[in-house]
Amino acid sequence: MKGRISSLQSLGTLDGPGIRYVVFMQGCPLRCSCCHNPETHDINGGTEYSAQEILENVLKYREYFGQDGGITLSGGEPLMQTEFAIEVFKKCKEKGINTCLDTSGCIFNDSVKELLAYTDYCMLDIKYATDELYQKYVGCSIKTPLEFLGYLSESGIPTRVRQVIVPTINDSDSDIEALKTLLQGKKIEKVELLPFKKICQTKYDNMGKEFPFGNIPSADVKRVNELQDKINQI
Amino acid sequence: MRSDNWNGFKEGIWQNEINVRDFIQQNYTEYKGDDSFLADATPRTKELMKKLNALFMVERQFGGVLDIDTATVSSLTSFEPGYLDKENEIIVGLQTNRPLKRGINPFGGIRMARQACTAYGYKLSEKIENEFQYRTTHNEGVFRCYSNEMRLARRCHVITGLPDAYGRGRIIGDYRRVALYGIDRLLEEKIKDKENLANGNFGEEEIKLAEELHQQISFLGYMKDMAEMYGFNISKPAKDTREAVQWTYFAYLAAIKEQNGAAMSMGRVSTFFDIYIERDIKNGVLTEEGAQEIIDDFVMKLRMARHLRTPEYNELFGGDPMWITEAVGGMGEDGRTLVTKSSFRILNTLYTLGSSPEPNLTVLWSNSLPRGFKKFCSKVSVDTDSIQYENDDIMRPIYGDDYAIACCVSAMRVGKQMQFFGARCNLPKLLLIALNGGYDTTSDIHIGPQKNVIEGDVLNYEEVKERVDEYLAWLSKLYVNTMNIIHRTHDKYAYEKSQMALHDTKVERLMAFGVAGLSVITDSLSAIKYAKVKPVKNDKGYIVDFETEGDFPKFGNDDDRVDSIAQELTHQTITELRKTPTYRNAIHTLSVLTITSNVMYGKNTGATPDGRKAGDAFAPGANPMHNREENGALASLNSVAKISYDDCRDGISNTFSITPQTLGKEKDEQVNNLVAILDGYFAKKAHHININVLNRETLVEAYNNPEAYPNLTIRVSGYAVNFHKLSREQQKEVISRTFHEVM
Repeated sequence: MKGRISSLQSLGTLDGPGIRYVVFMQGCPLRCSCCHNPETHDINGGTEYSAQEILENVLKYREYFGQDGGITLSGGEPLMQTEFAIEVFKKCKEKGINTCLDTSGCIFNDSVKELLAYTDYCMLDIKYATDELYQKYVGCSIKTPLEFLGYLSESGIPTRVRQVIVPTINDSDSDIEALKTLLQGKKIEKVELLPFKKICQTKYDNMGKEFPFGNIPSADVKRVNELQDKINQI
Repeated sequence: MRSDNWNGFKEGIWQNEINVRDFIQQNYTEYKGDDSFLADATPRTKELMKKLNALFMVERQFGGVLDIDTATVSSLTSFEPGYLDKENEIIVGLQTNRPLKRGINPFGGIRMARQACTAYGYKLSEKIENEFQYRTTHNEGVFRCYSNEMRLARRCHVITGLPDAYGRGRIIGDYRRVALYGIDRLLEEKIKDKENLANGNFGEEEIKLAEELHQQISFLGYMKDMAEMYGFNISKPAKDTREAVQWTYFAYLAAIKEQNGAAMSMGRVSTFFDIYIERDIKNGVLTEEGAQEIIDDFVMKLRMARHLRTPEYNELFGGDPMWITEAVGGMGEDGRTLVTKSSFRILNTLYTLGSSPEPNLTVLWSNSLPRGFKKFCSKVSVDTDSIQYENDDIMRPIYGDDYAIACCVSAMRVGKQMQFFGARCNLPKLLLIALNGGYDTTSDIHIGPQKNVIEGDVLNYEEVKERVDEYLAWLSKLYVNTMNIIHRTHDKYAYEKSQMALHDTKVERLMAFGVAGLSVITDSLSAIKYAKVKPVKNDKGYIVDFETEGDFPKFGNDDDRVDSIAQELTHQTITELRKTPTYRNAIHTLSVLTITSNVMYGKNTGATPDGRKAGDAFAPGANPMHNREENGALASLNSVAKISYDDCRDGISNTFSITPQTLGKEKDEQVNNLVAILDGYFAKKAHHININVLNRETLVEAYNNPEAYPNLTIRVSGYAVNFHKLSREQQKEVISRTFHEVM
C-alpha cells in the first residue's frame, strides 16, 4: 500500500518524546488560519511511498532513538490516510520502534481506533477551547477532537495536548482557563503551548496563497511562557 | 625499582619496565556517577584567571601577538623562568620569561621565523640570522631534495600545507612518564637501549637511531636542568598530585620550548592524574576544591601556550591553535570505563575558567560510557561548544586503551606510536587537472601526465572516472615521495628530541596523508553520473566552468547512490598511496580533515561540476557541502558515517552545528537528545564529530561586533577557536555552513 508523503525529516526533537524520525503526510481536511504547513493541504500532492519504504528509512535511524525516540506521523493530517498509517505503525511495532501520532483528532472512526492500537504516544492538537473559535478558524466543530481526546484518555495512551497561541485570538487568561476546564479529568501527560510564528509566510507567498493570519503578529514568547505556567497548574 | 613516592600504589609490571598503561590499569578508580561532586573555582583561581584574561585582551589589542623575543632561540633552558603570578601559581613554567611572549624557533625554517617577526612589526635579531647562516634548517634540507614536479605540485596547490617550512608536530610524548618514573629512571633505560643497539647489526637505520638516542639522552638531561631553574628536582618519581601534574607539565613544556610543531598534543593525562588525586584525598592531604584547583592551574598553563606563526600559516590553520589535545574518557580493554572523577574535573575547567578552545578537549565516546558522564559531556557541549567527540568503540580495537589523539583526529598509542604528518591533497583540483589533461587553470601550470583535454559536449562518467583513476595514481606516488623527503629531512635537521625521549625506543611510525574537498569531488562525480554536465572551455580550449542540467543525488542526504562515491574515493586513495613505500616503513594512513584550510583550498580551485563556483570554499573535513542537506541532520550524519575508518585511519572529521531550539525545548531535553544523537552516530561506526549548539545570528553578531564576543568559542574542524581569531574570510565561511534547524 502506498501513501502520499509531503516530506521526511530525519531529526525531529519537538515531535514527540526523544529523537523522532518525522513523516509529514500529505493531505488535510482542515484549513486552519494559523497553519504553517500549507503545502500539505492538497491530498493529491506530495510523493508516493510504500509503508515498507518508510520502514526502511526509519530503520536507518533507529540507533539514534535511544529509549524514548522513534517514528512520528505528522502532516498534514495522518488520519486522512489511516489505512496507510496503520500499515506503517504495524511494521514499526514489529521492529520494536516507538510510534507517535501527531494529529488534530478531527477524524474518529473504527479505523482510527485500530491505528491507535498501534500508537505508543499521541500528540493531539486542540486548536482552541471553544466550538465558536473552531468553527471560525478551523472550519469544523470541536466535537470530534474532544471525542478523540476522551478515547485517548480512556485507553491510556500517553498524550500530549498542544495548542498554538495566537495573539488576540486565544492568548487571554480566560482562553487558558477555558482550555483548563476542557481538559479537566482527562489523563494527559502534558500540555504544550506553542508560540504562533510567521516563518511560513514565504511558503504561502511561494504558493501564491494568502496566509489567513498574515496580519497577526508573532506570539511573544514571554507571554506564552506565562500561559504555560498557568496551564501547568492543572 | 622501588620508590617511597609509590607508597599506596598497587604493584605491577609497571615497576619493572616503563609501562604507564599498566600503572593506570592497576591503580585507577572508575567513576560512574554524575557531576554533582564537582567544586567551583577557588578565589585564588578566579583572581589568577582574571589576570590572565586581562593579558589575553592586551594580546588581542596588539593584533594577536603580545611580544616576541627576537634574540633568543627557544629551547629548554634558553629563557629565565617566567611566571604569571609567582606567589599564587600552583603549577609553574612558561615557554619564555614572560606570559604570552613568544620565542623564536628557526629549526623548521629561518624564513618562516623571519617573516613571522616582520608580520608583527619585529625584526629577527642579527645574532640569530648569523647563527643560522651556518646551520641547515629543515626547510632548506627539504628544498635541496625536492624534484621540479614536487615544487610544481606545491605551487599549484594540488598538495598543500605540507610541513616543509615549519615543524611537523603531531607527536605526543608520553609526558606522564616523567611524573611516574622521574628522569633518572628514563635516562637509565635509554642508555641501556643505546648500548643494546650495538649488539645487533649496525646498519644505517641503527646508526641513525643511535644518534637519535644520544640526542634523547641529552634532552632528558636538559629537562632536569629546566625544572631545576624553577626550583624542582624531577630526577625521582612525583610524590603527590601537585608534583605529578607539575612533572607532567614540565615534560610537555620541554616539548613546546623545543618544537613549534603544528599540533603539540597533550595525550591522555586526566585519568593518570586521578590516581594521585585519589591517593591524596584518601590520605587526607587534598580536598575536592584542592584537586580542581590543581587541574585548573594546569589548564591555565596550557591556555597560555603559544607559537609564533606567519599570516600565511594562519590562513591554513586559523585561530592561532596549538592543538593541545587531551583525550578524556573511553573504555578499558577489560570492560571497565576509564572515566574517573578527573575526566569530569578537566571538562569542568570550561566552567571554572570559562570556555576556551585550548586545551582541545576530546571525549572518547563509547556506547558503554556511564550515563552520568555522557550527560555531563552533552551539557558541556550545549553550554560551551568547546569539545569534540571521537569513537572509542572503533579505535580501541586498533590502538588498545591507552591511545590519545594528536591534533584533531589522529589516534596513536601513547609513547609507542608517532606520526609523520602530511597535510592533504586537493581532490577537486585533481579532478579538474585530470579533465584538462594535466593542466591547472588557476595557476597556469602543466603537471602530471600530459594528455588531451577530455572530449565531448557532455561529460561521460566512465571516461571521467578512468581519467581520475589515472591521475590519482600519479598524484599518490608523488605525494608519498614528497612526504618521504620531508620526514627524512625533519628527522635529520629538526628531530623531536624531548618528545621522542618519552617514547619507547622501538617506535611504530604512521605516515598520515589527507584529502580535502571530499564532498565537492563526490557531488561533482555524482553530477556527471546522474545529471548532464557540459564543460565550458576558454579560448585556449581548457575547461574552466561547467553547465549542469538536471538534479543529482548529493552527499549528506543518506543516499547510497552518492555516498558510495565518497566511500570508493577514500578507499581508492589509500589503496593507491600504499603502493609507494614510505620512509622508515611507516604505515600509510589517510585523513578526511581540512582544519580551516578548506577556505584556502577552495580559493585556489576552479569551478566544479557540482555547481560550486571558482574560488568558493570547500566544506570542511568530511562535511557535506553547505546547505545541500535536504533530509535533516541525521541523514547528514549517516552519510558521513559511511566513510570507512578502516580506509581513513587518520580520522574523518565532521563539524556539526545545530540550533538549541532544534535540539529540544528545555535544557534537559537538549542534553538527553544530544546524548542520543552521539550514541546513534557512533553506533553507525562514525569516527569524529564537533558539536556546536548555537544560532547563526550569534555568529553574525560576533562577526559585526568582535569586541562584544571576546570569548565566543566554536568548533571548526577537529579543534575549537575563539571566533574573533579567525580571518574575516574564515568567519564568513563558518557562518555560511549548514545550521541544522527545524522551522
